[in-house]
Amino acid sequence: MSLTNEIIKQRLVEKFGDQLTDWVEPYGMLTFTAPKDQNLKVLQFLFDDAELRFQFLTDLQAVHYPAKKGEELAVVYHLHNLVDNVRIRFKVFADITKPDVFSATALYQSANWMERETYDFFGVNFLGHPNLIRVLNVDEMDYFPMRKEFPMEEQTRVDKDDAMFGR
Amino acid sequence: MRPVRFNNKIKTVEAPASFMGDGFMATSLEKVVGLARKNSIWPLPFATSCCGIEFMATAASHYDIARFGAERMSFSPRQCDLLMVMGTISKKMGPVLKQVYLQMAEPRWVLSVGACACSGGIFDSYSVLQGIDQIIPVDVYVPGCPPRPEAILDGFMKIQELVGNESLRRRTGEKYKDMLAEYGIQ
Repeated sequence: MSLTNEIIKQRLVEKFGDQLTDWVEPYGMLTFTAPKDQNLKVLQFLFDDAELRFQFLTDLQAVHYPAKKGEELAVVYHLHNLVDNVRIRFKVFADITKPDVFSATALYQSANWMERETYDFFGVNFLGHPNLIRVLNVDEMDYFPMRKEFPMEEQTRVDKDDAMFGR
Repeated sequence: MRPVRFNNKIKTVEAPASFMGDGFMATSLEKVVGLARKNSIWPLPFATSCCGIEFMATAASHYDIARFGAERMSFSPRQCDLLMVMGTISKKMGPVLKQVYLQMAEPRWVLSVGACACSGGIFDSYSVLQGIDQIIPVDVYVPGCPPRPEAILDGFMKIQELVGNESLRRRTGEKYKDMLAEYGIQ
């Protein structure tokens, strides 16, 4: 019998109860939300479980929701079960004033680069990451450019008339 | 007639104004040096994106930048006279570009090709340098997105004009040193 979303959800609910919330299946991809301090436990369970076997971290990134007070930053994990070819996704939310999330580098080596990138652009502080420094932006950058309060345009320019660019 | 035709319509550059007599010719050193330099510029192509493709067309047989004495692309900054910056320069690439410029020996010229190198172009973004003149001095700007090879050749001819007419004392002058100091270059 193939691994279906119902089985995955059932196994997770058995283990974590009602800690996992917001179950949705956009385009058939199982998605849920976990408490911030449970992210490693959920990842470890999904990795170790003999039936689930989500042992490949496809992607890890953040989203900034300025309107959600107290949980502005969402860290999203995309996991892949390569044996049954099933993908799932789950999110944890962090407060932007204290964006501490446990690092998944101990479990997935591939999380190293992705967490650095997420730190670089969103300022998520991954606790336990071996080398959490900027990776894509210049080292001198003193802000996190993908946060919504920062405009995308280069702010040092004085020769561009804002009115001409619809700002 | 022989099957091979030799090109005997070779155009030579005009000799500078001089005083000539039997077996001698006297002119100013500056003019001779300028003439030699402007017709043997060694470019260093610093191509990062689509303008680089236009440059490749410029260097290939149809447009043939070699007609202007720029036969020899050099990829060692030490041997180059002209830095041709073609394409978007991100802020992270900025220090690299400056390093390349610093490694070039005087006299050196810079040609900025395309909207991105000149002003950041459409990339009005936190990650892109808004014109290479923020980090190195530029002699000639070629506008366009990307500019056609004709435009690059025109920019190159403008550089030739600058090279040919440059005073031999310019690079040691106070004005030039002040200009470099503005960019933090000694």
